[in-house]
Amino acid sequence: MLMLSAGLVSAQGALAQGTLRIGMTAADIPLTTGQADQGGEGMRFMGYTVYDSLVEWDLSSADKPSTLIPGLATEWAVDAEDKTKWIFRIREGVTFHDGSEFTAESVVWNLDKLLDDSSEQYDPRQAAQGKSRIPAVASYRAIDPLTLEITTNTPDATLPYQLAWILMSSKANWEAHDKDWEKVAMEPSGTGPWKLEEFVPRERAEMVPFAEYWDETRVPKLDKLVLIPLPEPNARAAALLSGQVDWIEAPAPDTIPAMRANGFVISSNTYPHNWTWHLSRLEGSPWNDIRVRKAANLAIDREGMGALLGGLMVPAKGFLPPGSQWFGNPSFDVRYDPEEAKKLLAEAGYGPDKRLKVKALISPSGSGQMLPLPMNEYIQQNLAEVGIDVEFMVVEWNQMINLWRAGAADPAVEGSQSINFTYFIQDPFTGLIRHLACDLIAPNGTNWGHYCDPGMEELFNQIRTTFDPAEQDEVMRRTHEKFVDDALFLMVTHDVAPRAMSPRVKGFVQAQNWYQNFSSITME
Amino acid sequence: MFSYLLRRLILVLPVAFGVSVICFLLVQIAPGDPLTAIMPVDATAEEQAAMRAAYGLDKPLPLQYAIWVGNLAQGDMGRSIATGRPVAAEVFGAVQNSLLLALSAAVIAFPIGIFLGFLAGYFRDTALDKAVTAVSIAGVSVPNYWLGIVLVIIFSVNLGWLPSMGAGPGGSRDWSWNWEHMRHLVLPAVTLAVVPIGIVARTVRALSGDILGMDFVQALYAKGMSRLDVLIHVGRNAAATALSVMGLQLGYLLGGSILIETVFNWPGSGFLLSNAIFQRDLPLLQGTILVLALFFVAMNLIVDVAQAAIDPRIKRS
Repeated sequence: MLMLSAGLVSAQGALAQGTLRIGMTAADIPLTTGQADQGGEGMRFMGYTVYDSLVEWDLSSADKPSTLIPGLATEWAVDAEDKTKWIFRIREGVTFHDGSEFTAESVVWNLDKLLDDSSEQYDPRQAAQGKSRIPAVASYRAIDPLTLEITTNTPDATLPYQLAWILMSSKANWEAHDKDWEKVAMEPSGTGPWKLEEFVPRERAEMVPFAEYWDETRVPKLDKLVLIPLPEPNARAAALLSGQVDWIEAPAPDTIPAMRANGFVISSNTYPHNWTWHLSRLEGSPWNDIRVRKAANLAIDREGMGALLGGLMVPAKGFLPPGSQWFGNPSFDVRYDPEEAKKLLAEAGYGPDKRLKVKALISPSGSGQMLPLPMNEYIQQNLAEVGIDVEFMVVEWNQMINLWRAGAADPAVEGSQSINFTYFIQDPFTGLIRHLACDLIAPNGTNWGHYCDPGMEELFNQIRTTFDPAEQDEVMRRTHEKFVDDALFLMVTHDVAPRAMSPRVKGFVQAQNWYQNFSSITME
Repeated sequence: MFSYLLRRLILVLPVAFGVSVICFLLVQIAPGDPLTAIMPVDATAEEQAAMRAAYGLDKPLPLQYAIWVGNLAQGDMGRSIATGRPVAAEVFGAVQNSLLLALSAAVIAFPIGIFLGFLAGYFRDTALDKAVTAVSIAGVSVPNYWLGIVLVIIFSVNLGWLPSMGAGPGGSRDWSWNWEHMRHLVLPAVTLAVVPIGIVARTVRALSGDILGMDFVQALYAKGMSRLDVLIHVGRNAAATALSVMGLQLGYLLGGSILIETVFNWPGSGFLLSNAIFQRDLPLLQGTILVLALFFVAMNLIVDVAQAAIDPRIKRS
């Protein structure tokens, strides 16, 4: 009885304070010093909460794909004469949590933090997360406190997307902590809507609203936001069901019916994330034949796979989600049509007497990989039905990342002709360019399959050199149409970022984005 | 006794050296890149090479080992690759939590195991013996992570009496425990106690049953000694072996609770170890395994010395 009373008192306390407790999938609190680690989840919970970037994502709507909006920069433009020079107007009156002022010099200091290893504030840990996100940046300088100039290596219109990755820490706070990033980690200071109040490594992080936040519409309504690492899916589900947390990321599909039955809310939305087989285009790969690629795409019963995933997926119609602003109007209809698949395979020289044999690299688990084993077994069955026999090479997730970096030609992949990978596809570079650019063929980059096509290179070049956002969107659409029409990947499904929450959580709008806005949330 | 203790202490040194070599080498053979966790997935080959050099992972293995041991000798276990935090602080904080969990489980398991085992041994081949045997075999056989999930469903989800995860508000770093911390401890400690209850009960049953059948027990009865006094003699005779089993169990409880700590999100060494394995965090992995292995060695030493103190025949042998 005493235990029960203690539990009730504790629960009521949390309720009265308007505290939202979130169970993350991460095993540790993401890096707190500025540039967050732990992938998209780290940026979601520790990045865009405590910090801001010059350019931000519009997270206000659940109904349309997110686009870029002004953040710490109110406007930006490329020099009409020299397309490598950009001017950014810095937002006036912004202060860090420690009270120091945010200026163009702050940006220079932060870029040095990531790019200049001779600078006093260079932080290898943050650089490891941020440097590769801004490959276009060659140099930068503050023209005056509210004007920043960035020069790129070559004309690159994707710079604003790149800068949306880069988060601004306070120089004054770093100096106040003896110029020691480890000390800063315990008491960080950004310009974001949340201030980190308490941080216990591997256990919890507690944030409170920053009342002086520059965007009054995004000053948090909650009293406190608590982040708890809960990497084990069953532990996350139990924590939510027993009332220890109010929100969990990525509930396991088989726990969702129980959660719904107990009145918990499952929030999901389409977002820029896909689940594909990245195909090898090395000489000798069967995937070099477009008929085989199209046949495989037509063999997958995506609606049937939806049942396997409790409906928490969007069947792929292309490489990008069907609702993407860059989807375009491809002529190849990605659908389930096994008869057409068999016909295409026959044209390619395969049939009942000559079945096609392929080898696929898969992992049993991994960040964003959904349920890779049953999903791949499902695909294996679908492909077998049209005459493609799949042999799996199963490797652990970290090893899979290494093999992805190594590329299809590396002996370590043991001749695998595809790799099952999920992709963050939120911006032009990470979404499309990095997978297929000739200069990024593995191991120099993440073009795993060694694909190189002059037509695609020209489209990528146009993306980089089209500075008008609307025109750039149009090029993106044409590029994606080529992705689909040439069936460059086995396009299977899109994750829908499911999260389960208590019915007491109100005001959450799940944007079609990897990141979310927590400022609008209240606890009933 | 002093020379025995000295001899045992000296023997610890080569064992510790062997443990350190095995700890270092075992984690090296695991596939995967230890820097995967901290590098962006699309880091270039050059960035990867620079990172590898920065962490000293480009050096030959013997040199890496020599550097590692040299640093250990100065009390420096290195820094976690994944978090950048000192390994010593990470490991000792987690071991403290695990030790608390292990001791709590031991406090539950050992008295119950001894009581049940003694009961079964005393009433050997009766229905009570069979019942205790069934319970202890079930305790050893039931996967404890499964039992943990069942207990969570009953006591956390359905009844809402006890928390399902974590070590309590603000963690457990300073031993300033309160009622809320105790509530968090109950389910993982009970779950963890089930296996040692079975093992200790089985051991004590066998020991006490055998000893009760020995001639000297009959002699004690014949001398007119009371039943209680005879049982005390039996207990003393069984204590050395039982202590050995319980000491080893305490070692297992500390190091072997990865699944339980994962199920309950308990911030202990098992949880740390599983994260370190998942992240290929070599310094953290090596540090955690080393500390747990040395704890095991220390437990063996303590048990040996305690056994010798209880049973003088051990010293002589």
